[in-house]
Amino acid sequence: MSTLPLRAAGLVVVLGLAAACGTTTAAGGGSGGGDAGPPRPGGTLRLGISSNPDCIDPQQWGTNAALNVGRQLVDSLTDQDQASGKIIPWLAENWEVNPDSTSFTFTLRTGATFADGTAVDAAAVKTSYDGIKALGPKAQLGNGYLAAYKSATVVDPKTVRLDFSAPSAQFLQASSTMSLGILAPAAYQKSPEQRCQGEGLIGSGPFVFESFKSNQQVVITKRKGYNWGSPQFKHQGEAYLDKVEFRIVPEPGVRTGSLASGQLDAITDVQPVDEPQFAGNGFTEPVRANPGIVFNLTANTTRGVLTDVKVRQAVSKGVNRQEVTDTVLTKNYKAATSVLGSATPLHLDLSKELAYDPDGAKKLLEEQGWLPGPDGIRVKDGQRLSAKIIFSLVFNQNQSVLELVQQQLRKIGFDLQIEQRTTPETQQLTLAGDYDFIWYNTTRADPDILRQLFSTKAGNRSKLSPGNPLDAALDKQAATVDEAARKPAAEEAQRLVVEQAYSIPVFELTQVWGLGPKTHGVGFEASSRMQLFDAWIAG
Amino acid sequence: MTNGVPRRLAQAVVVLWAAFTLSFVILYLLPGDAVLAKLGGEAGTTVTAEDIARERAAYGLDDPIVLQYGKRLLAAAQGDFGRSIATGEDATELVLNALPSTLAITGLGLVFAIVFGGAIAIVGTYTRSRWLSQLLAAMPPLGNSLPPFWVGLLLIQVFSFQLGLVPAMGSDGFATLVLPAVTLAIPTGAIIGQVLAKSLRTQLTEPYIEVVLAKGASRARVHWGHALRNAALPALTLVGVLAGNLLAGSVITESVFSRDGIGRVTASAVTAQDIPVVQAVIVLAALFFVLINLAVDLLYPVLDPRLSGRVTAKAVSGV
Repeated sequence: MSTLPLRAAGLVVVLGLAAACGTTTAAGGGSGGGDAGPPRPGGTLRLGISSNPDCIDPQQWGTNAALNVGRQLVDSLTDQDQASGKIIPWLAENWEVNPDSTSFTFTLRTGATFADGTAVDAAAVKTSYDGIKALGPKAQLGNGYLAAYKSATVVDPKTVRLDFSAPSAQFLQASSTMSLGILAPAAYQKSPEQRCQGEGLIGSGPFVFESFKSNQQVVITKRKGYNWGSPQFKHQGEAYLDKVEFRIVPEPGVRTGSLASGQLDAITDVQPVDEPQFAGNGFTEPVRANPGIVFNLTANTTRGVLTDVKVRQAVSKGVNRQEVTDTVLTKNYKAATSVLGSATPLHLDLSKELAYDPDGAKKLLEEQGWLPGPDGIRVKDGQRLSAKIIFSLVFNQNQSVLELVQQQLRKIGFDLQIEQRTTPETQQLTLAGDYDFIWYNTTRADPDILRQLFSTKAGNRSKLSPGNPLDAALDKQAATVDEAARKPAAEEAQRLVVEQAYSIPVFELTQVWGLGPKTHGVGFEASSRMQLFDAWIAG
Repeated sequence: MTNGVPRRLAQAVVVLWAAFTLSFVILYLLPGDAVLAKLGGEAGTTVTAEDIARERAAYGLDDPIVLQYGKRLLAAAQGDFGRSIATGEDATELVLNALPSTLAITGLGLVFAIVFGGAIAIVGTYTRSRWLSQLLAAMPPLGNSLPPFWVGLLLIQVFSFQLGLVPAMGSDGFATLVLPAVTLAIPTGAIIGQVLAKSLRTQLTEPYIEVVLAKGASRARVHWGHALRNAALPALTLVGVLAGNLLAGSVITESVFSRDGIGRVTASAVTAQDIPVVQAVIVLAALFFVLINLAVDLLYPVLDPRLSGRVTAKAVSGV
């Protein structure tokens, strides 16, 4: 009997303590800051990341944790300008693409070497590309980039030609990613599993692999003598940092607390609720939206009420995107303005088409004969205006976002049933086409991602019939690297997806990082992954 | 005692086999599989059904279930649980590498739990102060109702972020062990304290206590020398079960304290439906249970000479 009040008293004491701690942390964060000064070489960056990379070979793994490590170890044939999305030289000085984008000839720069001392030459590029192709689906992203890859030919030591069996305009952008980064020929004498753990993971990048302890940390060190950085790097020569420790800290509160208390110099994946902690008190918060397909409800146009384009359009009008970013997310997140994120090259602003218009939605539904039923959900011929959406927790706020969308749609009389599944289940249902709506996003800094997901010859996530106008637009953008010809096709594809409401875009996934007062220059590359070449720590 | 050993070994083998089989069946019945988990999510954007089929074949996941089970069981009997489907590492090696780090926090956690729990029970039953006795009696329910996740974060907040006494993360050195061990020890210590206190109170009303007191023994001597020795048996049996709880608690504790260990390996293997790794963990955990309970049984006769010469079946049934 006497235990209850005591238990309550104990809790009050402990809660009070926690509250006190919270305030002191915030006050403690106020110190620091000051002038950045000129970049200083040397030092170790202790970077808190949110999940174990599992495999740090960028050619194999597709998670941010893996790619953020891998990007520092390998260079790519090309780079992608972060601001314009244009493809610029890196290991290749220049390149030529044949008219139907099936053959790419790269001329390599001289002087670049792998960490084992061997030269980055045409033969090495061929070995690396053949190696990625041989990985098959183990190359989680490369497998798609090289779907039509046929062969590589060494023209001379400085020149390599890559041939494809189908038009592959997207390959030019893919050649800038770490997933197609070049590894030394010696790397392929190790098994893919060994490379995953860092064994034989020899690139020509500005950092070299030192150690990987699962669930603990990955350590990389500066490559001595590196002098072949991408032209968009802010300095040339070696990287500033001597060493980077990627510490794996899964708990978001521990990541933010460790940054605030100076036990870490930088962290990734700052949660929306923690964002205010690092605003304007010496800390900085780099933010960049992911290019590619935004988080969206992709409709299966062969299922139930979603076969009717007017119903899909009504759903799109019934979603208040601004309310989603304002309430469930933060001002760092953008409401979708197209099916592609605004950081994607050739993105078309369709915000007018995606404006919140509940009255327009109701009108459309009424015209189609959907009238409010007893519980507010519309009915027609005894059928309820209802569809199910499946999702998995790949992003922490997915559940809250979908619950809000569900409430918004209820207001126009649409019943959205949300169903959380595990990642493997979602994958299985996606492959089988067994869904009304699916919820996902995909990071890719090239509009071709639309073809990969919506073409009837590829993913066909909306289950369209072959020969539809979207297919034509998607094929057209895939066939040319010439922007003048590619742009109208890519824009036409976005317009069709949004106007036909094959997909109902909601918001852009955004990377939010936190940097300590002494940390500078931790940057994003074009796919919103990490580039540490220009990063430095103040003394 | 000698004729008990073969029986016990047979029982241990049955326990290990049951753990192996149950884990296989459960993982097999779950929708999806390790290949879908690996090639799902963002990574699955461009994966085709043919890719999935090819990967499944490479790991033998397309064999009939009975054949898969038979192959795995045969290999496991020789200590080979196969390779992790998620990362390609040897499952046994993966688990054994993670083991020392977990044993360190659970071992220290058990020591703390016995010290906390013992102190609460002994002081709580010995003191003549009514309020102290009541306060200590309230500790076990409190300790057991605090979520370890929250306790861990609170300890980090105070002792690492505020006072800077210990690092908030990592598996290196004694300093990183203390907070996770305390986090694990609180619920475990609470149970030990509760059971020991109850059993001490029962013992203190037994007639032999009056005899000892009548012979002129001091209160302290009665408490330490006589009552505690008899009261320790139920608490000791409990330690066998609680050691398993500590292992389970490591799943949350290791995540909160960013440590490597069995808990982290288990959490990611279950998410990835990585059958080889999950089975290696489960069989190891079963082995751990069997060994701890064996150790507890062997300790009985030391504490209670009446029990020497026969191994009780009671403790075995606890497995």
